[in-house]
Amino acid sequence: MAQPGNKPVFAPWNDPHQKPLIQFKNVTKRFGDFVAIDDLTLDIYAKEFFALLGPSGCGKTTLMRMLAGFENVTRGEILLDGQDIARVPPNKRAVNMMFQSYALFPHLSVANNIAFGLKRSSMPKEKIPARVEEMLRLVHLEQFANRKPHQISGGQRQRVALARSLAKAPKLLLLDEPLGALDKKLRQDTQFELMDIQEKTGTTFVIVTHDQEEAMTVASRVAVMDNGRMIQVDTPDRIYETPNSVYVADFIGDVNLIKGRIESSGGDNYTIQWAEGQAPITAAGPQGLTSGTSCHFAIRPEKVAISAEKPTDRSNALQGKILDIAYLGNVSTYHVELANGQIIKAQVANNRRISRRDMTWDDNVWVSFTDTAGLVLLK
Amino acid sequence: MNRKFTLFNATSLTLGFAFLYLPMLILIIYSFNASKLVTVWAGFSTRWYGELLQNDAFLDAAWVTIKVAAMSSTLAAILGTMAAYVLVRGGRFMGRTLFSGMIYAPLVMPEVITGLSLLLLFISIGLDRGIFTIVLAHTTFSMCFVSVVVSSRLVTFDKSLEEAALDLGCSPLDAFVSVTLPIIAPAVISGWLLAFTLSLDDLVIASFTTGPSATTLPMKIFSSVRLGVSPEINALSTIMISIVTVGVITASLISKRSIARKQGEERTAATVDASAA
Repeated sequence: MAQPGNKPVFAPWNDPHQKPLIQFKNVTKRFGDFVAIDDLTLDIYAKEFFALLGPSGCGKTTLMRMLAGFENVTRGEILLDGQDIARVPPNKRAVNMMFQSYALFPHLSVANNIAFGLKRSSMPKEKIPARVEEMLRLVHLEQFANRKPHQISGGQRQRVALARSLAKAPKLLLLDEPLGALDKKLRQDTQFELMDIQEKTGTTFVIVTHDQEEAMTVASRVAVMDNGRMIQVDTPDRIYETPNSVYVADFIGDVNLIKGRIESSGGDNYTIQWAEGQAPITAAGPQGLTSGTSCHFAIRPEKVAISAEKPTDRSNALQGKILDIAYLGNVSTYHVELANGQIIKAQVANNRRISRRDMTWDDNVWVSFTDTAGLVLLK
Repeated sequence: MNRKFTLFNATSLTLGFAFLYLPMLILIIYSFNASKLVTVWAGFSTRWYGELLQNDAFLDAAWVTIKVAAMSSTLAAILGTMAAYVLVRGGRFMGRTLFSGMIYAPLVMPEVITGLSLLLLFISIGLDRGIFTIVLAHTTFSMCFVSVVVSSRLVTFDKSLEEAALDLGCSPLDAFVSVTLPIIAPAVISGWLLAFTLSLDDLVIASFTTGPSATTLPMKIFSSVRLGVSPEINALSTIMISIVTVGVITASLISKRSIARKQGEERTAATVDASAA
């Protein structure tokens, strides 16, 4: 989530006095022999837009279904506002969920779908129509109140599902792949609408997605999961710029990974030996790494420059041959093969028209980067 | 694909339909026969329809049949739906496979055996045989059919609809009544209709389980045919055939029209996203 410069930064996770809204404490979930969630501890704060990201089968949906109350916890506890909710059935939780299939009731009109939860709450009957009206306005569907779900489009159904799950003003809203069924253009528009609604209502959102771009766009923090474990929980920019492992670096965005060995250490600057006959890479890394440790050097393609002449102002320069050019319109990705067969991807913004580009297939070029552009990763 | 209407197609169509409908056609024609002899044509008349309406024995039997069918199909719809729900949604429990096998067993059980075993049961517990016992017997065998129809609908039912109901504050019972039941209602209704029809034309089980006080229409027809076919029975059968025909045609017209309307609306709705993008 972009933070305007003049407002205080929203970062309750950095404030030790803030109490988390949701706490997972050493939660384990087993299905028979299969461990879906493995001893997981996690705090989510009020008003956060929290994204659970991972490949299918990583446990993100199970985590969400435990929050909703559809799955039991095998071990550990989940606290909502300081209270253990393990034994609370789904219909008694101040948590609502927006389902991937939307799960709109086909026999009820749009307005009655939204009113469904309100009719089963403590809200007085005469106040329900006004609340339904308010929710319809929030998602811009006022004129569709009397339609049945099959009489509206997929994008409109998605908004009805959102309005229905927000109607009871839950403490926490769970969104299971909310935009998965929409096409790309509509999905991008809806992402901004979701952020807008989240800010307007001040509800805590937890979203499950396998689309990293979506997670990066909407979330205040992203949790990258794999095999039932949290690999890294951080803000989108830190997940992208300072991944804590090869898995995260590789899962989020595009990355060049070079396997090597730390050679000499002086402070937090290291030299990495990575191939016979290739100049070592100099890079900054965490302090106190010992010589001989094997590591991965990770660098994002857009931080690699490509030039015909050897640059003099960058500490790392490697020579190679252009193998492939992927032209994406706004950017081009050059695949450069080095002498030992290693392929380095370099991404260049196409700020000139195509006719002015001077490099082409099989050209000998230099790829270069500064010593702070990449990362030394140990796992 | 060959879409031409050839001689071969015409012949097989004629043969097939003749095989199916010729007996009924003859029955209908002879129900308008003026002669008292069933096999001799003596001109068009509706007199047997008039006489049928004067025949109290037939009318009583018809009334008993309808009462039995209505009661047993309603009971069967309730019990069959409950059984289907548990078998599809109950998760895994001890003996689930055994139960699901047992619920379908009466489908293939010979009617004579079902009837006989029910008769023995009613005698041993000292139940007076009559309308009530026929209702019980019909419920027993027709609830399996309801269960088959309803569970095939439940298998394709999106489970997240029930979860959404729970999530929005429904108790499990409320979720079933206000979400699941309205959505599977068409399957429950067709199960009910199936049970109703099965009960209407059952002869064997009813004969076993009835007492002197209750005679259903199939039993009445069967016993009077044994004394010789009367033109009144032709008239009665014609009435039954026309009721069934009208029912089937109306039902299929209604469902066809509602499907067409729904598809049309979905097509219109889908264009909204396309024009918005």
